[in-house]
Amino acid sequence: MAYQQRKIPFAGAIDSNPETKPFFEGCAAGVLKIPHCNKCGKTHWYPRGVCPHCMSQDLAWKDASGKGTIYSFSVMKRAEVPYCIAYVTLAEGTTMLTNIVDCDLDTVRIGQSVALRFVPTEGGPPMPMFTPA
Amino acid sequence: MSLNGAAYIAGAYEHPTRKATDKSVALLHAECAIGALADAGLSKSDVDGYFCAGDAPGMGPISMVDYLNLKVRHMDATDIGGSSYLLHVAHAAEAIAAGRCNVALITLAGRPRSEGMATGTTPRAGNVAQPDVQFEYPYGPTVVNVYAMVAQRHMHEYGTTSEQLAWIKVAASHHAQHNPHAMLRDVVTVEDVVKSPIVASPLHRLDCCVISDGGGALVVVRPEIAASLKRPKVKIIGMGEAPKGQLGGAVDLTYSGARFSGAAAFEMAKVKPGDIKYASIYDSFTITVLVQIEDLGFCEKGKGGAFVADGNLISGVGKLPFNTDGGGLCNNHPANRGGITKVIEAVRQLRGEAHPKVQVANCNLALAHGTGGLLGTRHGSATLIMERE
Repeated sequence: MAYQQRKIPFAGAIDSNPETKPFFEGCAAGVLKIPHCNKCGKTHWYPRGVCPHCMSQDLAWKDASGKGTIYSFSVMKRAEVPYCIAYVTLAEGTTMLTNIVDCDLDTVRIGQSVALRFVPTEGGPPMPMFTPA
Repeated sequence: MSLNGAAYIAGAYEHPTRKATDKSVALLHAECAIGALADAGLSKSDVDGYFCAGDAPGMGPISMVDYLNLKVRHMDATDIGGSSYLLHVAHAAEAIAAGRCNVALITLAGRPRSEGMATGTTPRAGNVAQPDVQFEYPYGPTVVNVYAMVAQRHMHEYGTTSEQLAWIKVAASHHAQHNPHAMLRDVVTVEDVVKSPIVASPLHRLDCCVISDGGGALVVVRPEIAASLKRPKVKIIGMGEAPKGQLGGAVDLTYSGARFSGAAAFEMAKVKPGDIKYASIYDSFTITVLVQIEDLGFCEKGKGGAFVADGNLISGVGKLPFNTDGGGLCNNHPANRGGITKVIEAVRQLRGEAHPKVQVANCNLALAHGTGGLLGTRHGSATLIMERE
C-alpha cells in the first residue's frame, strides 16, 4: 500500500519545559540528541532533567547514531490517515516511542532494523521517526 | 499490622443506565451513592469518609462532598485511572484501621457515550507540563494503539494468537447474554471477533470494551458495623497496588503492574491463585485480561493464550470464571473506568447474588483487579482479594 504521511501535531513550544529545549533544537538541526548520565553512564528516554536510573542531574546530550530495532508497533487503521506507532530500541540501548514512516505499513515487523528520519510537524520542529533500513 | 480483615464491603451498586442523556455526571454520582447506601442498609449521615477519582466533576472530593452535603472526616481522591476504585477500597480499609473513618463511600460516574467521546481512537495532548507529553503526543498514541503494542509484543514473544485473545471476548459475551443491562448481549464466536475490523493492529473492534455512560458506588465499613448489617459479609483480606511505566527507557511490554500488586494481595490474604473461585479482571481490551491473568499468577508467563482458550473463563465451563456481568467488553465501562464494576460483580458473586446462570457455586473467595491508564506506556495496578464470611 502506498505510504501517505499524516499531519504530525506538536504539543506546546520547544521551551515549554526549559531543560529539554536542547532536544528540540537538535531536532530542528536534524540531530537526535539523547540524554546520557555522567554519573551512572546510562542513557534514558524520554528526555528529562534528572536521570531516572540514579537521580543525578549531571546529564549530557549525546548524538544518537540513528540506528534502531523495532521492539513493538501497531498500525492505527481507524484514523483519517493510517499510521504506525512503535517502540524503537536505539543502538544506544534506550527504547523510545515513535512512528514508522515511508514504507508499506502492512510490512512492518518486530525486530526490523530501522533508520532515523525527521518528519515535519505543525507548530514545532521536525520529530524523529524511523523507516526500515 | 496486617490489613487482612480490617474492613468489609457492605454496599455495592451499579447504575443501570448505559446512556444518560438526561442526567449530569454529578447526579449520576449521587444516584450511585444512594444505591450503594441503600444496598448496605446505611444512610447519608453514617458516611464519614469519601473517595472519588478523576471522573468526579470539580476539585477532587471537595465538589462532590459539597454537592452531596456529606459530613466527612476523611477524604481521598487518588487517581490511577480505571483502577482507582480498587485502590480506594484498599485505602478505605487503611483509613478504617487507622481510626480515620467508619463508613467510607466510593463513587464513580460519567457519560462519555452521551458526550460522543471517541475514547479509544483520539490522541489527546493533555497538559504539556506532563513530562512525557511533548515526546509522545506527536506520534499519535491513543488508548487502543498503546494497548495494541502490548498485544503485538506478546504475540512475538510467546506465539499468542488473535484467536486466543478472541476467546476472552467470547467468554464475556456468554456472561453478558444473561445481564439485561449489558450493552452487548449477543453471544459472539472467535470468528466474529477476528473478522471484525482492525482498529489498531493486532486488535479488532471486538477486542475492545464498550463506551458507556453510568457509574457505581461502594460502601466500605469497619468489622463491627458489617456485623450489625443484614447483608452477607464480604471481608477484604488482601490488597496491593503498583505503578508501572517505561522504566527510564528500558521498556518491557511483557508484564504489567499486576505482577507486584497481585503478589502483595496474595501475600496479605495468605491464599494462592489456585484458591480463587471467581475473578474480576480489568477488560479494557482482550490483551489487558491476558497479561493480567499471567501476572496475577493464574498461569505461567507466556501461557495466557492457551489458558484463556476453549472457554476456560466461562462460568460453569472453565476453571477461572471471570467478569460474569459481561465485563467492560460487553456490559459496561462507565466513565471509561471499569474498576468499580469489577468490585461490584465480585461482591455479587461472594453474596451469591450474581445471575443464576453465571453464579459460581460456593463462591467464597474472589479477586478483583484493575489496570488504569495505558498498559503500554504507564499505568496503575490495584488488586483486591475478598472472602465471604
